[in-house]
Amino acid sequence: MKSLLFSHDKTGAVVLALIAGVTLIVPLFNLIFPVDSPLHFSAYTVSLLGKYLTFALVGLSLDLVWGYCGILVLGQGAFFALGGYAMGMYLMRQIGTRGVYADPLLPDFMVFLNWKELPWYWFGFDHFWFAMLMVMLVPGLLAFVFGWLAFRSRVTGVYLSIITQALTYALMLAFFRNEMGFGGNNGLTDFKDILGFNIQSEAVRLTLLFLSGSILIAAFLFSRWLVNTKLGRVVTAIRDQESRVRFLGYRVEMFKLWLFVFSAMLAGIAGALYVPQVGIINPSEFSPLNSLEIVVWVAMGGRGSLYGAIIGAVLVNFSKTVLTGLMPEIWLFSLGAAFILVTVLLPDGIAGLLRKRREAEA
Amino acid sequence: MIDITLEPANDESVKVGRPFYEGEIDTTHGPILYLEDVSVSFDGFRALNKLSLYIDDGELRCLIGPNGAGKTTLMDVITGKTRPDTGAVFFGQTIDLLKMDEASIAEAGICRKFQKPSVFEQLSVFENLELALKANKKVWSTLLYRLNSEELDKIDHVLKTIGLSELNRQRAGALSHGQKQWLEIGMLLMQEPKVMLVDEPVAGMTHQEIDRTAELLSSLKGERSIVVVEHDMEFVRSIANKVTVLHEGSVLTEGTMDEVQNDPRVIQVYLGE
Amino acid sequence: MKANSLKRFNRCFAVALLVWLWAGQAYSQEMNPQVTLLDSLNRLKQGAMPDREQALEQLGEVNHPRTLTVLQALLNGKLYQVASNEQLVIAAENSEGYQLIDAITGEDLGNKPRSDVNKINLTNTIRVKLRKLIGQLELKSEDATVRLAAVNGLIKATDDNTLALLRQLETTERDEAVLEAMQMIFALKDLKSEDKAIRLTALVTLKDFNNQEVVNRLNVLMEKDSAGQYLETDADVRKQAKLILSEINARIQFYSILETLFFGLSLGAVLVLAAIGLAITFGVMGVINMAHGELMMLGAYTTYVIQQMMPDHLGLSIVMAIPAAFLISGLVGIAIERGIIRFLYGRPLETLLATFGVSLFLQQTVRSIFSPLNRSVTTPEWMSGSLQINDFLSLTWNRFYILVFCLMVFVLLLQILKRTRLGLEVRAVAQNRGMAKVMGIPTDKVDAMTFGLGSGIAGVAGVALSQITNVGPNLGQAYIVDSFMVVVFGGVGNLWGTLVAGFSLGIANKILEPYAGAVLAKILVLVFIILFIQKRPSGLFPQKGRAVEAK
Repeated sequence: MKSLLFSHDKTGAVVLALIAGVTLIVPLFNLIFPVDSPLHFSAYTVSLLGKYLTFALVGLSLDLVWGYCGILVLGQGAFFALGGYAMGMYLMRQIGTRGVYADPLLPDFMVFLNWKELPWYWFGFDHFWFAMLMVMLVPGLLAFVFGWLAFRSRVTGVYLSIITQALTYALMLAFFRNEMGFGGNNGLTDFKDILGFNIQSEAVRLTLLFLSGSILIAAFLFSRWLVNTKLGRVVTAIRDQESRVRFLGYRVEMFKLWLFVFSAMLAGIAGALYVPQVGIINPSEFSPLNSLEIVVWVAMGGRGSLYGAIIGAVLVNFSKTVLTGLMPEIWLFSLGAAFILVTVLLPDGIAGLLRKRREAEA
Repeated sequence: MIDITLEPANDESVKVGRPFYEGEIDTTHGPILYLEDVSVSFDGFRALNKLSLYIDDGELRCLIGPNGAGKTTLMDVITGKTRPDTGAVFFGQTIDLLKMDEASIAEAGICRKFQKPSVFEQLSVFENLELALKANKKVWSTLLYRLNSEELDKIDHVLKTIGLSELNRQRAGALSHGQKQWLEIGMLLMQEPKVMLVDEPVAGMTHQEIDRTAELLSSLKGERSIVVVEHDMEFVRSIANKVTVLHEGSVLTEGTMDEVQNDPRVIQVYLGE
Repeated sequence: MKANSLKRFNRCFAVALLVWLWAGQAYSQEMNPQVTLLDSLNRLKQGAMPDREQALEQLGEVNHPRTLTVLQALLNGKLYQVASNEQLVIAAENSEGYQLIDAITGEDLGNKPRSDVNKINLTNTIRVKLRKLIGQLELKSEDATVRLAAVNGLIKATDDNTLALLRQLETTERDEAVLEAMQMIFALKDLKSEDKAIRLTALVTLKDFNNQEVVNRLNVLMEKDSAGQYLETDADVRKQAKLILSEINARIQFYSILETLFFGLSLGAVLVLAAIGLAITFGVMGVINMAHGELMMLGAYTTYVIQQMMPDHLGLSIVMAIPAAFLISGLVGIAIERGIIRFLYGRPLETLLATFGVSLFLQQTVRSIFSPLNRSVTTPEWMSGSLQINDFLSLTWNRFYILVFCLMVFVLLLQILKRTRLGLEVRAVAQNRGMAKVMGIPTDKVDAMTFGLGSGIAGVAGVALSQITNVGPNLGQAYIVDSFMVVVFGGVGNLWGTLVAGFSLGIANKILEPYAGAVLAKILVLVFIILFIQKRPSGLFPQKGRAVEAK
């Protein structure tokens, strides 16, 4: 089965192997080697790698809709952030009486705002499984409603892109408001533990890294399968000749809708994995710039190849870490340059380069 | 040429004295497609002007007319791409096409070939036909879809008909212009339509290709209705028994090719004063 | 030392002598107003209390054109005395010390260092009396606007003396506005009258005034005291007051609608300015320029730089900034078009991404040059402040100018597109690129010019923005989503649509604001547009036709 899946996707197999390697080796090394050994990964590195993996996952989710169905979503970060907030709400409720105000029910920021009771939409988030369900349902539902309206009215191309951007912008403004009950400016932070384990502990960090890697691999394999089904072909056909597909009797809007919902859910999961690893979620995650950065990861990696999104996400974020560390002002220049160079000179991204080389070799 | 079983509703034996179910096509009165008083205007320009047209079941009809006569707009109206400002469009006696979107119209059995060949260039010839195959086209069934042997046979059959058997693994984008036209006709066949709307099928084809296309289309009539829009008069003469001339958005005249060609109004329209 | 104190004594003596002489003269028949003024001022600053009061009285009667100016300077602590010769001067502080004007003659005395002059200080008692005196003098001022302001200043506190003065002045007053204001004060006074008939007449007079104090006083009539008794005992008066109050309130409502409309229009003007350049590049050329906001930012920074170069000519700097910003943003726009966008025609999504890259680049460039901090551009005097129409309606000048400016830019642009060769070529290329090319129109050049035009207008919008918001690297970001919404809402390729959309969104925003707050109003408008686009994907004024259908 596996060999069949990868007979046409050798690069994909290599990328997958690398992710599996990181997912397994980092926790394994940290178990085997003592803390002072050079082979023991620091807490910082572990979080960083975990973060990259969640970024790769959200990149993958965008590639599904953009690379395969041609829907350039400029608000993918909104789904990521919503998943993150769902997770953050669970983590907030876990704090319990350990907050500054030691209120057993209300998170600190609500006490600070003089709120007397928990808003209804916070109910249930003390249960892990409920929160996990919401991680997927909330982004999924938003994508469903938004997509249902947009695709049914045949909003396409740049119009769609721009209104997805407006969507995430509106959400950002909304979440900045204290009245929304999500912590306003500061967002949700100061998490203590997850499922009873200290969120700062190495074991939890390693587990989160392992989970991020595993889920990324699973999502990659599932997406790979998905794009190779007849549905995948219909979706590709929609990207290239939308109206022709319609005249063949397919309900284009439903195909787009479900793909969009699936992608939003993946992004939500990525957000949920991201939040405990960085320890905070705030409204700036909704900023249009964040969503655009996701787009550049996918564009850089090469859209329509799935593994390209992963390569792009990791590569761009690694450069970001390095550059912002060295000289912060250079980061935006590089990001800007990346946008321009990739679109003008490298429209198929790194994956396109690799493909060309492979074809030349063959 | 291709053997495709007909729906019971089209069968002579069940024509009379039986209720018609919703979605079934009632052709008891002859025509399968009714257009009555259809008008479409864009920003003051009247593309169709009170046009009325009836296509009989099983007929091959050619539409001719100078540029801007409204031929393509007519097809847009039938397939649900453009909504007319006024008028009625019925499929059989009972199905109101104006209440349906493109996908449902296609599913009901009206298929269309575009003026500019539009095939899925990133997919192979085989995959193009597979997508067109008459099947359940809902999202979930598509996700779990697997071709059975009968359907594989059908694809093979169509591949042979359109002469692309050798190229079935080829990317459709790599086909020649004529081959793309054929592939698109093949896709129409895969849909097993009751009405085929064919917009300029032989544009850009060589003589041999034109002859084969004429042969193919002629062989298909009877089993389904075919409406062909074409500028190539030789081609039209070789396939049509009835020709409709459109001019400025309405029907100028109808009849056999000879009748039409000798109609002074037609001559005037085509050649000017 | 000794010589010095002797000198001082001599001088004091001389002054006392002079004062005595002047004082004598002051009471003589042929009073010289200038001398009287100077004399009373001198007595005011150093005399004993009764003497000072007398001096004040005298000041009230002296008939000298500069009395008011000098007294106001005195009250505001701007009146000084030159240490060497005790000359009274009005001083304005500047970087080199004080800019001095002779208090009595108004002659410009040039700059003097700080140590050369001594401030004349006042006690609080004198200050209070002085304020009152100034009020009275203002009431008698030659200038009708000064009189009006003085009368209006008396509305809240009118004692019997002032009232008598007003009654007396009323007989000689010629100015309508001043007379009306006086009527209002009298009517307000009459509300307290014992006589019911007078109170009723007063109410009728008050009907026509748009004044907060009138509303307050009428509301008082309706109130009850702690014992549950109406403060106004007469039911007829209460009824009449209620009627009049509701009439006034209706007017207030009307004015507040006007005000909302004005603020909505001015916000709309900003949106239109921001969007109109986009409407050209997006609408006419089909190019999505995400760097549009940054081109506005460049315009705003241009204004800032020009203002830094000529700090003494604020007004002129703004006017000069308009063409400068047009040129700079336009040239940058042309560079973007030639350097990047022309390789991406027909690939709108890629264009969007590449221009977004440009926007990041420009932002960071500005951040590196000017620092990430906000810069503030000073608003020239004629643009600051507001036009106070009545207590309930005031229009800020900067918003007003922006509204006018927006309409000017719009009309100009429309004329350019309609009447110039460039406009004709732009429209031709927009409608059918291939055909235009065949007709010999240099499409490359037209593309560049169109993009330059759109970008230049963004720069001009930036000049306007610099007047109402801080100039910072993120200036453009704040407007880009909004301006896209405006273009899309109005219908792509339609300048009139952009205008209507901008104004209606601005007004909608301002109407929602009081109920929902600024942020929520913005969110609601965004959500509305998102829904609207889904209902009518081509906006308010869609383009129709074969060509559009074929897309």
